[in-house]
Amino acid sequence: MFTPFLALARKDVKLYFHDRRSLMMSIAAPIAIASFFGFVFGGSGSTEASRIPVLAVDQDASAISREIVSRLTADKSLDVKPSTLDLAREAVRKGKATVACVIPRGFGAAAGQAFFNPTAAKPEIGTLYDPSHVAEMSMVQGILTGHVMEAVSKEMFNGRTGREMIGDTLGRLDQFGLPPDQKKNLRQLLEGVQKLNAAGQGSAAQPPREGLTVPFQMRSEAVTSGTSVPYNGYAHAFGGMGIQFILFVGIDVGIALLLQRQTGVWKRLRAAPLSRAVLLGSRATSAAFTSMFVLMVIFTFARIVFGVRIQGSMAGFLGVCAAFSLMTAAWGLLIAALGKTPEATRGIAILTTLLMVMLGGAWVPTFIFPAWLQKLTVVIPTRWAMDGLDATTWRGLGFSAAILPIALLTGAAMAFGALAVMRFRWEADG
Amino acid sequence: MLEVIALRKSYGGIVAVDGVSLEAGAGETIGLLGPNGAGKTTTVSIIAGLLRPDSGEVLIGGRPLRGDTDPLKRNIGLVPQDIGLYPEISARENLHLFGALYGMDFSERCRTIDAALDLVGLAERAKDRVKGFSGGMMRRLNLAAAMLHDPQLLLLDEPTVGVDPQSRNAIFDNLETLKKRGKTLLYTTHYMEEAERLCDRMVIVDHGKVIADDTMQGLHRRLPGANILTIEFEDSENGPRLEDLQALPGVQSVEASNGTLRVGIRDLAADTPGILQWLVEHGHPFEHLASQRASLETVFLKLTGRSLRD
Repeated sequence: MFTPFLALARKDVKLYFHDRRSLMMSIAAPIAIASFFGFVFGGSGSTEASRIPVLAVDQDASAISREIVSRLTADKSLDVKPSTLDLAREAVRKGKATVACVIPRGFGAAAGQAFFNPTAAKPEIGTLYDPSHVAEMSMVQGILTGHVMEAVSKEMFNGRTGREMIGDTLGRLDQFGLPPDQKKNLRQLLEGVQKLNAAGQGSAAQPPREGLTVPFQMRSEAVTSGTSVPYNGYAHAFGGMGIQFILFVGIDVGIALLLQRQTGVWKRLRAAPLSRAVLLGSRATSAAFTSMFVLMVIFTFARIVFGVRIQGSMAGFLGVCAAFSLMTAAWGLLIAALGKTPEATRGIAILTTLLMVMLGGAWVPTFIFPAWLQKLTVVIPTRWAMDGLDATTWRGLGFSAAILPIALLTGAAMAFGALAVMRFRWEADG
Repeated sequence: MLEVIALRKSYGGIVAVDGVSLEAGAGETIGLLGPNGAGKTTTVSIIAGLLRPDSGEVLIGGRPLRGDTDPLKRNIGLVPQDIGLYPEISARENLHLFGALYGMDFSERCRTIDAALDLVGLAERAKDRVKGFSGGMMRRLNLAAAMLHDPQLLLLDEPTVGVDPQSRNAIFDNLETLKKRGKTLLYTTHYMEEAERLCDRMVIVDHGKVIADDTMQGLHRRLPGANILTIEFEDSENGPRLEDLQALPGVQSVEASNGTLRVGIRDLAADTPGILQWLVEHGHPFEHLASQRASLETVFLKLTGRSLRD
């Protein structure tokens, strides 16, 4: 039994390596696409994030509006250019700018008034945004809010406009519709600021004071396998693309079996004294072997070129790869068992595979999916493979993190294999 | 060697094989003849163990085939109608694979592969990929792959379809060699000349049923006018009356056209002298005489009412 089993498995592997074009495709394509995705999703941690293109339309030209534009321009997250309202609207419409901030005429004066007077009308800053970039628009609004607060408070506590406005406000304080105790407190505050400004003017050596500032700083840390290990975006990308193209190997296995039925080869195999276990088992073994080979080549390339390391358990990583390779082989047999003709089966198999790949998070991480879809993808085998590969590569987790993915993938392989054996048409056609 | 007993196989409402029975002894070559769709390939597939019959039995050397792994399968070599080879690997690699399927070890395979390649005249192309072979070469390798494990029974399902005359002759030579070695051959075809050349006995099937199982001579004997005398007269205007000829002993049919008579007779040796003597005695001298036997095509047409190539 072992001689024919080995001969059949060896033949499949030999056929796979004989087809150089197919071999190159199954290795070069995932490497090329994963390199691109890895670069887009953060690279190896050393690349600088791209800036959001923003147009600043300053119709006010006041000290406050100039300060706001100046602060926006200095922000590392933004690429700010001055513009006019019409040009800004056109640029956003054409997708050349993501957001345009419009500071209207009179904004500085109105903002100063509203700064100390809660009953005063608040001026508006308009934002024109590209609707396909809502996330960036929200980010720009947050940044803008901080800079406006700082610019207005600086001018109010330090600038000439602020001094004039405080004097003017103190003169008109009785006209404000505030309760007497609040009026008293506000008067004391404004008089205190007047004294502070006067003291600052008398001392030429002192640097100009800032206004109110955001009372905290953000500190963020990418939680990877270790404190000194940067996140490598290529790890996820190579895992995802590897999984996608390994599943394509599975499709090839199924289609090849269906094609075999259309030639005399299947009759010859069935005429030989071979069990069904040998016929399908040898095919599954060769498919699993080639799948594992492709995965290893892909990750070796990622290691050498992009520095992707198995930060976690090597045994876990190999276990996930082996379990996924087995599942792919069983997936190929299932395609052969359920398919009628190669032509009709190929399209459905590709569609199903792409759905599995997409829902499994091989293209983009599953956390960007809606909540209901994230729950749904728990039943997709590619999700388990991605979780297992992520855990053992850049997350740096131990073997225990790979046990569940390995078990689930092996279970799926057994289920697919059993279904394939049950549904396989053993009799020759005609 | 081979005994097929009352095989029946249907697909849905269509009966492909309807009670087919036949026998083939050691060293015998049996032609399984019939038009497309007659049930030849289905019969061969059942004999090879590829299909399970609805009823009936196949005995190889007196024993029935039991299951996929029955060692009895080693006695059977199948030459499928469609080429059963892997085009991307070499002829030798193909034969190594198919030898291994029958449990042959490496050294045994090397020995038999050389012999098989020699027999089919492909020894010099052993290392070449099959996809570069001509149709005839593929057919010859298809045959070699089936006989590698030295089976006693070879099932040849239209093994010469689409090959050039030279390759066809080469395949015939191979089969005659195998026949001399005592192999039993079951040869399906709808080429009459192949069956007439190779087969000891013909089993003619139509619509899934055996309609004749006999030697070539036996089949001819079933035909009225199995032999045709073609007679051309010196004076084409002065030929005999057809009714007079029809009345002669042994004459089955008479046709006349353009001064030539075609007389169908049952027994060439017994009936011809009397006819020729009658012509001379009645003043109908002839200048040319030829005889020919009715072809198997004619036999088939007579038995089934349709052509073999229908």
